[in-house]
Amino acid sequence: MAQVLNVIQRNQASLLTAWMKSMQLGIRRRDLISEAELQSQTEEVLATICSVPAESPLDNLNAAAWQSLREILASLSVSRASQGFTPSETALFILSLKSPVFALVRQQSGNDADQLYASITEIDSFIDKLALLTTDSFIHGRDQVISRQQEEMLELSTPVVTLWDGIVALPLIGTLDSARTQIVMESLLQAIVQTNSRFAIIDITGVPTVDTLVAQHLLKTITAARLMGAECILSGIRPQIAQTIVHLGINLQDVITKAKLSDAFKLALERSGRTVTRIEKTIRPNQ
Amino acid sequence: MERIPILRMGNLLLVTIQVDMHDKLALTLQDDLTAKIADLGAKGVLIDISSLEIVDSFIGRTLANIASMARVLDAQTVVVGMQPAVAITLVELGMSLPGIRTALNVESGMEYLQQTTSPDLSEEADVDRED
Repeated sequence: MAQVLNVIQRNQASLLTAWMKSMQLGIRRRDLISEAELQSQTEEVLATICSVPAESPLDNLNAAAWQSLREILASLSVSRASQGFTPSETALFILSLKSPVFALVRQQSGNDADQLYASITEIDSFIDKLALLTTDSFIHGRDQVISRQQEEMLELSTPVVTLWDGIVALPLIGTLDSARTQIVMESLLQAIVQTNSRFAIIDITGVPTVDTLVAQHLLKTITAARLMGAECILSGIRPQIAQTIVHLGINLQDVITKAKLSDAFKLALERSGRTVTRIEKTIRPNQ
Repeated sequence: MERIPILRMGNLLLVTIQVDMHDKLALTLQDDLTAKIADLGAKGVLIDISSLEIVDSFIGRTLANIASMARVLDAQTVVVGMQPAVAITLVELGMSLPGIRTALNVESGMEYLQQTTSPDLSEEADVDRED
């Protein structure tokens, strides 16, 4: 059973050279990883394979003997994912071990065809399992990156700014989904309470599309703000979005809408009894 | 029996809800308030719910009913100080309470009521002269 592993362990040095060579024939991303780094990673993986007891089962990767190999491959795949490798490039790293090992096994078994077939089947399924493991870890690493970025975006996406005493604005940027709208709604209502604002301007200049769901979320926010005693003004509606809203049959009759944020701000100032005037200055020439 | 106090300020009534509303309490408030409005001929009702943290559809509907009843009795109702969580809950329950006037706090609610309810003819004349 473990003969193949024994063969690998005895020929560690020659296998390393052959593996590096086989990798160079395949896809090598010199722009993403240096030769020296690749060499050291290859050495590490091979050394780990060789350090397990020779009688370890090749058909069960979950065995305790393979624990350290699994860990090394997993961390390697995760780092590949963040470096920008594709999944197939990451899998190829392991798969390119196949041909050197096959050559080695062929050399060892001589003319015994049955033994050659048995060994190759064994080592083939072993390396396939390793490759699948790297792919799984790779995708897991990607998922982690994506979910972290999502969290960061959620944190960034709800800045409520005070425009004037009693007037707050919420500039929305990006697509609105249910989770985001919930946070947007809560932070706006919180800000209304904290700043004691009678007017809230929701600016949707940065929202690329408005569908029925987004409109419904916006209407909910506006209604909730009204229940608390604040007036909401919707601004930054682009012509295209105005067309979409009408075509979708969304009723914005009860909502004050303005084309630009400045118009909304002006209205809020007017309603709170303020006006903006230009001060005429006598321009004196420099002496 | 537990009751919510109703305070009188001139021709306005002031209700501050400081305990958790349960259904019976809400109905008692509805009875008391309508009776008080009719008795005193109040022109405005201010309901402060800033301490109210839990609201259900029944309480929401009762508030709407109180406002409508007050309207029938010729009094304006303003609900002030609704908490964000309460507002979100009401909206999620599909109760946008379209008939109710709202204000941020007691101060702005009072301001609104004093503006809209000046039934005394002499007071109205004062306002006209100021204009």
